[in-house]
Amino acid sequence: MTLLTIDWVLLTEKLLLVVAIVMISLVIAMYETYAERKVAAYIQDRIGPDRAGPFGILQPMADGLKLFMKEEIIPNTSNKLLFILGPCLAMLTAMMTSAVIPWGSALHFKMFGIDRMVTLQVADINIGILYIFGVVSLGVYGIMIGGWASNNKFSLLAALRGASQMISYELAMGLSLIALLMLTGSLSMKTIVEQQMTQGVWNIVYQPLGFLIFIVCAFAECNRTPFDLAEAENELNFGYHQEYSSMKLGFYLFAEYINMFISSAVMATLFFGGYDIPFFDEAAHIASWGATPVALLTGFVFLIKIAFFIFVFMWVRWTIPRFRYDQLMNLGWKNLIPLALVNMVITGALVLLKQNHWHF
Amino acid sequence: MGITQILFWFLTALALGSALMVVLSKNPVYSVLFLIVTFFAISGHYVLLNAQFLAIVNIIVYAGAIMVLFLFVIMLMNLNADMNLQKSKLLKFAGFIAGLCLFLVFVAALKDAAIKKSLVQTNTGEIGLIKNLGNTLFKEYVVPFELSSVLFLSAMVGAVVIGKKE
Repeated sequence: MTLLTIDWVLLTEKLLLVVAIVMISLVIAMYETYAERKVAAYIQDRIGPDRAGPFGILQPMADGLKLFMKEEIIPNTSNKLLFILGPCLAMLTAMMTSAVIPWGSALHFKMFGIDRMVTLQVADINIGILYIFGVVSLGVYGIMIGGWASNNKFSLLAALRGASQMISYELAMGLSLIALLMLTGSLSMKTIVEQQMTQGVWNIVYQPLGFLIFIVCAFAECNRTPFDLAEAENELNFGYHQEYSSMKLGFYLFAEYINMFISSAVMATLFFGGYDIPFFDEAAHIASWGATPVALLTGFVFLIKIAFFIFVFMWVRWTIPRFRYDQLMNLGWKNLIPLALVNMVITGALVLLKQNHWHF
Repeated sequence: MGITQILFWFLTALALGSALMVVLSKNPVYSVLFLIVTFFAISGHYVLLNAQFLAIVNIIVYAGAIMVLFLFVIMLMNLNADMNLQKSKLLKFAGFIAGLCLFLVFVAALKDAAIKKSLVQTNTGEIGLIKNLGNTLFKEYVVPFELSSVLFLSAMVGAVVIGKKE
């Protein structure tokens, strides 16, 4: 019984946090679409959307409204239940990962006679990284179910491609994370961030190769160009969401942007110190400024790091052309996995040496 | 009824119901999807027992990897509900007998088991936490654990090597 006693204050706190994170993810995903078009325009020497509002800032609203207003079409020969379930699953798995990411240091909340520290993390479980891995491995279902239920051979082909691509790159991703885990010795995201804060050195310094493998795998897991084989429009018309219209299509497109946001957050957490502010002593400033301003500042810095990674995602998309399918598989299985294994062995050897005080 | 009991009964109903639907649904794709729901319900039970590691590994391995392959095969074969599979009476009868035998074995095995003693103590159940599990694996079972991990690694390397050979 003591494992699961309900603390109503805790429940409301977590509920509010979940709502806030979901809202923030949705708004950021909305403005990612705007940013993507602006970045693309800049790279291709165009102006980009500039009609709706100043600098086209209202463009995502217009796009969203357009998607809502479109006619809802469910193909006659499709499997109706699974056809609707597909985009729901894609959206759900995209959102679920955000539960274990620490968004900032603790807020100090003092109101209505309640005095408590509110951690900006929905669940600090001691299997945080494995949880992310589990949810990522479930991301396949949205694509597969949607592609199959459309009852269209192009959709099915695209779904199979997408699924096999995601399964292949999960392996290299997991192996690159094992090396990181050897260093940190913890699976909890919060502990990993706190370690980087106390060390003052981010994990990227120890694991540059691991990070490189991880970021390539993240591109593949998000189905982004250069790895967007599942929606290669010149080969497969429009990919797995070909039969979708209206907001169901919107969900698939949106899930991609949320995935991008969340995987940027994961990369920033694991390799770039999470909400750590470089050259800034958080603990000392919590004592002098109070917890809440520091928490907001750390959260803001974390968002800046995430924004940088989102920019990298877009930068890569608009510079590197799409891979061919066999090239994609070769890269995943024959290059990234051996590299990740070598990285793992070297890291293991160095960790062991360090424990022996650098004697063989 | 406390929150643990409510969760327990909900997960039990979900696990049993979806497990039944795996067998009963006509469409094989639905069967696979219900099997995934069953795995989730079982993972929920693991979380109730405070075995978080087991719960998440169950999801990663079964729901995330093996079931995807099942779904792959079934989607490629494109079995439909209206495509009636030919099942002979004899085969159905054999399946029924086999099922009964399994049930009998389970009953016989669990009849004398000291369930009262081996009930999981939810208050002190910390053996499933990753730290304790790691300690047990690397102290008491280190040789079999290392052997099996080398086996898995070599299987994976072997797959890559076979792929590299043209």
